[in-house]
Amino acid sequence: MSTRSFTRLTRRYRFSASHRLHSPELSDEANRELYGKCNNPFGHGHNYSAEISVTGTADPHSGLLVSVPALDALLERTVLRDLDHCDLNHTLEDGVPTSENVAVEIERRLAAAWPDGFPRLAGVRLWETKRNRFELTHEEQ
Amino acid sequence: MGRFGRLTIKIVGYRPACILWAGKRIQRNAMLITRRVEFSASHVCASPALSEAENRALYGAAANPHGHGHNYVLEVTLAGEPDPVTGMVFDLRELKEILQREVVGPMDHRFLNREVAPFDKVVPTTENIAAEIWRRLDPNFRDSARLNNVRLYETEDLFVDYSEAAL
Repeated sequence: MSTRSFTRLTRRYRFSASHRLHSPELSDEANRELYGKCNNPFGHGHNYSAEISVTGTADPHSGLLVSVPALDALLERTVLRDLDHCDLNHTLEDGVPTSENVAVEIERRLAAAWPDGFPRLAGVRLWETKRNRFELTHEEQ
Repeated sequence: MGRFGRLTIKIVGYRPACILWAGKRIQRNAMLITRRVEFSASHVCASPALSEAENRALYGAAANPHGHGHNYVLEVTLAGEPDPVTGMVFDLRELKEILQREVVGPMDHRFLNREVAPFDKVVPTTENIAAEIWRRLDPNFRDSARLNNVRLYETEDLFVDYSEAAL
């Protein structure tokens, strides 16, 4: 009986950033009601961690699905350099910097710079705190 | 800690099954049970076909020729239905013995490249160790419970999930 194998590698990266949740579409009062403490005009910050998953077939010679130093370099270049110790309201191109939108931004940056020869990007799981995580599955365009 | 002290049980999509629960017939998916064990081992990640500089670029610090070690954490997930008599998907005491015999015994406090086949010939990357653990464990589960997933943490920041399924 033939079988199909499934391999997925997940690597966790950490960054710290500030944000303020405030929608320009809403009144000040509505923003306060919706976002609560996260609407504080002076902002606040989190120690985020982002789990990046890739999936595919490990190379039979190297035994690697992906070179971890190469994945680290990609994250450093495309995500961490801009997002670590930043104010997300200034760094994100559009949208309120909720963790949902930060996860989408990370996915967008990775997909735009995804190197040839890398296994498929499977998804992004972003932890805002130990108690809140936001997960998206990457769909190939 | 009781029998479930270090065990997580979750119900996810697998294959639907009909069971009787409190006299009512309900439809739900197979149950997954996961047991976690740890082992500590050293390894070198370098391909003999590559130069030292190429290995360094590909594997990073893991290519250091004298080796280095990790506290590996292994999560083994089985899928199945709770037995109507015992109420268990699989006997956890037996699972503990299987993990000890197939993985922890042979790999704990070992230098994988020198002491654990096939890593004398195959680079002991996290991917390859996870796949080898699957191959060692899978033949032990042929009845009610099936091996569903092997998750191997090399560090808390790097893990690999590995599974095989019949085509």
